[in-house]
Amino acid sequence: MNNHQEDSLLPHARPNQFIGSRMQRTEDHLLLQGLGKYVDDIPLTNVLYSAFVRSPHGHAKILSIDISKASQLPGVHKIYLHKDLPESAQTRLPILVPNPSIKHLMMQEVLVSKEVCCVGDAVAFVVADNRYIAEDACNLIDVEYEILPVVADCLKALDANAPSFFSGIPNNLAAQLNVHFGEVDSGFSQATHVVQEVFWNNRGSAHPMETRGYAAEYHQASGQLTVWSSGQTPHLEKKNLIDILKWDPEFIRIIHHDVGGGFGPKAIFYPEEAMVAIAAHDLLRPVKWIEDRREHFYTATQERDQWWDISIALDANAKILAMKIDMTHDNGAYLPWGIITPYIGVTTTPGPYVIPAIDVNLKVVYTNKNATSPVRGAGRPQAVFAMERILDKAARQLGIDRAEIRRRNFIQPEQMPYNNGFIYRDGKPMVYDSGDYPQCQALALEKIAYDDFPARQAAALKEGRYLGIGIANFVEGTGLGPFEGATVRVQQTGRITILTSASSQGQGHKTTFMQICADQLQVPLAMIDVITADTNAISMGIGTFASRVTVNAGNSVFLASQKVAEKIKGLAAFLMQTRVDNIQLLDGYAITIEDSSKKKSFADLARVSQGMPGFSFPEGVTNGLESTEYFSPAQSTYCNGTAAVELELDRDTCQINILKYVMTHDSGNLINPLLVDGQVQGSIAHGIGNSTLEDMQYDDQAQPITTNFGEYLLPMATDVPKVQMYHLFSPSPLNPLGVKGAGEGGTIPAAAAIVAAIEDAISDTGIFLTQAPMTPPRLFEILKKAGAYPTSTS
Amino acid sequence: MDFHRIKVYVNGKAYEREVESRRTLADFLRMDLSLTGTHLGCEHGVCGACTVLLNGSSARACLTLAVQADQCEITTIEGLAHADGTLSVLQQAFQECHGLQCGFCTPGMLTTLTELLNENLSPTESQVREAITGNLCRCTGYQAIVEAALLAAQKLRDQRV
Repeated sequence: MNNHQEDSLLPHARPNQFIGSRMQRTEDHLLLQGLGKYVDDIPLTNVLYSAFVRSPHGHAKILSIDISKASQLPGVHKIYLHKDLPESAQTRLPILVPNPSIKHLMMQEVLVSKEVCCVGDAVAFVVADNRYIAEDACNLIDVEYEILPVVADCLKALDANAPSFFSGIPNNLAAQLNVHFGEVDSGFSQATHVVQEVFWNNRGSAHPMETRGYAAEYHQASGQLTVWSSGQTPHLEKKNLIDILKWDPEFIRIIHHDVGGGFGPKAIFYPEEAMVAIAAHDLLRPVKWIEDRREHFYTATQERDQWWDISIALDANAKILAMKIDMTHDNGAYLPWGIITPYIGVTTTPGPYVIPAIDVNLKVVYTNKNATSPVRGAGRPQAVFAMERILDKAARQLGIDRAEIRRRNFIQPEQMPYNNGFIYRDGKPMVYDSGDYPQCQALALEKIAYDDFPARQAAALKEGRYLGIGIANFVEGTGLGPFEGATVRVQQTGRITILTSASSQGQGHKTTFMQICADQLQVPLAMIDVITADTNAISMGIGTFASRVTVNAGNSVFLASQKVAEKIKGLAAFLMQTRVDNIQLLDGYAITIEDSSKKKSFADLARVSQGMPGFSFPEGVTNGLESTEYFSPAQSTYCNGTAAVELELDRDTCQINILKYVMTHDSGNLINPLLVDGQVQGSIAHGIGNSTLEDMQYDDQAQPITTNFGEYLLPMATDVPKVQMYHLFSPSPLNPLGVKGAGEGGTIPAAAAIVAAIEDAISDTGIFLTQAPMTPPRLFEILKKAGAYPTSTS
Repeated sequence: MDFHRIKVYVNGKAYEREVESRRTLADFLRMDLSLTGTHLGCEHGVCGACTVLLNGSSARACLTLAVQADQCEITTIEGLAHADGTLSVLQQAFQECHGLQCGFCTPGMLTTLTELLNENLSPTESQVREAITGNLCRCTGYQAIVEAALLAAQKLRDQRV
């Protein structure tokens, strides 16, 4: 890519000095000194603290709530029940992504009026001098419940005699969808081989290290309501609050300062945010609520609970002819993000392979569990697990190598752009824009020395050690629209400000945007300031999810910066009475190429562009050295990758030790490879958790039974190896920077590759593994059942 | 309610305050002293984000009561940079290696690794990994943190020579 003026005569001009460089982050300096401003750190004078009383039951009717004792507690300011909410807030929350296939919509209430449908549903809200008192008061509130029958198993939820998860909805089917293309039946009738299996993934959860949190302040002087959130989607939060509070859109502002990780669930609008805003306005004091970790287990959305019944038809050469998928998504009790997660899942199934025909039956089922919405990977890890595992099973059944069956089915680079047959979640045909899938796998195999593995495996076996290898490919739709905007502005100080709604949860957006802008304006990063995630900074925005920010906001910064560069040059040329093409930008000056002593500073130009009161601009000069661009991609851009994992399994403890983790990854052009590497390594860590550790369990009453980090295990430093990462570069033709998303690719194939490698390490048993996470207890039970352990003879 | 007068030395500065006996050290640092660099990720002693150095030893500020810290010296993330404001060798190494993304676990990582490097200037990679098993990070996949600790150890060894 070359955006730089080629005709530079200045010897020290810098073509793309920043884009593509491993720049250290500008964000780090404050964060490393503990000077970040996460939502709980924002200094608010006279702030009140709060806590929620939550349902201990999966499904129950509220009979009565007694707040008399709690109200008497010194330090308690107010206790809110459903009836105390403003009328506009007594309805259910709006759905964020509607879909016509949704049969019965269920959304949260700000506070539950009559019937709780999930452990953790909020029934009362206490505002107090501090959190200790607020929680004391919660303990003094008596809620009497009538326990109702619970739907805990999504597969039994559609039985004729199953109870209903909510009395207002007759059955538990949230949505049903059939999507298909090609001639599926003839594919199966022509098949030489048909391979079928049922796969399951556990729901897990995102668990950013910072939980959710909101603070709100009503400014009486201006009538403005400000909400600080540890979120991902400032403008979506604003949109919802306007509806729930019936608030004038011009007098509400959402700000995310530093956010301690997101990974999906913070993109959702939650009842707690509305509650905090309502209380701050009502009490005329700032109110803050910070979620504790147990609440996060109860109420922050989760994801991956799905059952995939998948059949694949192959010809005699192991070429795929058709597939049938019956997928059931355990949705939990609410549909905040519609059916996006399971829909992304099913459409991700074809991956990098030519599949002439697919028929998908998707059922989205309500249960009395925590709601689901995208978590890093967003439905794709399950799809890739099902697809890659069924290919492994087919390879075994057909007696060919696992890499070979994939090779025979790859979409070839010359087939790009390739329409895989589905309509994607963005509403557009799934047209893969670029990528070299055979090369991507080949590189991964080479780097992990795949061909030599049987020798390594045999040598280890002689020492009594069990090695296994697994591979998995994926294609991921990233950079989803509709748009994200950026304003680039030269200030009268000469500094440059980038303003965007795209919020950061640690990705390093500010540095990335600075790099893009600095190359266009030929300034050092130190001359640029970035404001992200402030609804007052830019009028429209969407937010951070779906690996979309560099594609959407990055290209907006790029285009706006180029427009500002043109404006600067135009104004400078006018003032110095020369041609525009005689102007070069450097370090905050517009300089004439012929004579570098003739120059105008950005500061001076910005002042001129502000005009003088009453004076008209000369022809050709316009107001302001700024530009706002809303880049709107025509469709998603598709990144891809291959994970190859070699591990050792201790059959006695069923613990794995990952010996080598290779990831080949193609997300087009990279703005900052240092940050992309960090995203890939981090997302693989998440995938390792999904593969062997993270097991979000509910009992048969839909009671969550893993609600702390002792019961639900996140990967530790000793669980995650150094990933050997190799980037391929297939620029996207769909956006000027040629970029694709990079934040989720590591997670997506991890469980498929790791579980395949575990299975390979027990290949002598003939066991085929169908579930993730393959925790040590789960694997031990499978091995025990298969008679892998000698039985006691005592 | 039951209050006690305590005196603590945080990052070299003395503070005397009345605190409720049940107040955690983390809340005391964050709310009473406005030192919000110490973060609370789980409040049950597992994630390690709230780790501070109590008389030089790492301690969970979420599981320590403020009254237990009476007369103690406490180092928080705010106290790790040099007096002139430049970053410590370890902080600098975190920046160079991209050892932080969201930054929320960073205070605990830095205090825990400061303790490690105080005790052992030549840690192996596995010793570094072992040292931070009590500190969860959801963003980085740990690799860059481990590299930062090893780089800092190297630089500190070089400084000593």
